[in-house]
Amino acid sequence: MRAATLNRLAILNQPPPKPRRRRAFDWSTLAIAALSLSAAAYVYWRDGSGHFFTVLESDIWLFVTMLPKVLAGCLIGGFITLLLPRELVARWVGGESGMTGLLIAMAFGFMLPGGPFTAYPIAGAFLLVGADAGTVVAFLVSWSLIGYTRALVWELPFFGADFTLWRIIAALPLPIIAGILARIVVKAGFPVKAPTGEPRKDP
Amino acid sequence: MMLLIDILLWLFVGGLALAAASRGRIVLNEGARAGVIDFLHLLPRIGLGVIGSGFIAEALPKSMIAPWLGPESAIMGIALATIGGALTPGGPVVGFALGAAALKGGAGAPQVVAFTTAWALFAVHRLVLYEVPMMPARVVWLRALVCLPLPFIAAGAAMLIGKP
Repeated sequence: MRAATLNRLAILNQPPPKPRRRRAFDWSTLAIAALSLSAAAYVYWRDGSGHFFTVLESDIWLFVTMLPKVLAGCLIGGFITLLLPRELVARWVGGESGMTGLLIAMAFGFMLPGGPFTAYPIAGAFLLVGADAGTVVAFLVSWSLIGYTRALVWELPFFGADFTLWRIIAALPLPIIAGILARIVVKAGFPVKAPTGEPRKDP
Repeated sequence: MMLLIDILLWLFVGGLALAAASRGRIVLNEGARAGVIDFLHLLPRIGLGVIGSGFIAEALPKSMIAPWLGPESAIMGIALATIGGALTPGGPVVGFALGAAALKGGAGAPQVVAFTTAWALFAVHRLVLYEVPMMPARVVWLRALVCLPLPFIAAGAAMLIGKP
């Protein structure tokens, strides 16, 4: 395997980078805070204090019941990030094609915890070890739609178990569909050449 | 049901902690620390998201949500929800809070499935800020292209399976 590829693969063995210092509040949180406060003020003005406090109480109760789930989800994410053999998976994904490659990519997308800073570099590494675009698409769609940490930590508390499970079952075939579609589009002539973004030079 | 999920989750945490401990104390500590830091980081956002989405749902004019995104809105509602999801900026608190608020406010379940699916796949800020710099641009465009039908397929599949 080329040396450059091995260097890039080395990132897979490390825990995901935390490149940006995490700020306590970012602009999107501020935007949702402003929206929430306006909505709360509007409800108070429209429906009076009785209704306002009924809503507040049920929301605070929901928040409290969420906490053990969120903590568990975060701990699972923390441990899996350390325990998952990323390089091994990358080699599988790179070496397998056909339906097996799509299924492995989908399973890995399902298991991978973390945000965009984890997923996209790994998808880039998949391309480097020889995975085709369809496999990478299946991985990213799986991570976006059926990744369990996002579902447990975020979706479950807001939507409840029934809705979340129902949505995930509806989304199960989507990574495979997207992967097959991507292969068809590439075969039809979509230019995905030079996937590494670097000039190819073989030693 | 929710209690069962909590118990299963914590059993899973226990199993992973054992697996980490078998690799050594450092791995166990490091994983636990990363998890707790994540949790503390998320805490204010989740509180804001949950309580905020409750009030946003209350404030949303239900008489407007139902005709546009309600169960009767069918494919037009799904298309509208897909566009809305793709244009929604921000992280999971924003995406899921708005989806949950719309659901409480009278939107149809398949329409909300289309919204969260489109948000998860396309959220414009994530595409531009993270995906394009970290991936070969052509692969990103290929992914976006083949994902276009997915919110519709998800909503259709959700309707086929039937309401939760």
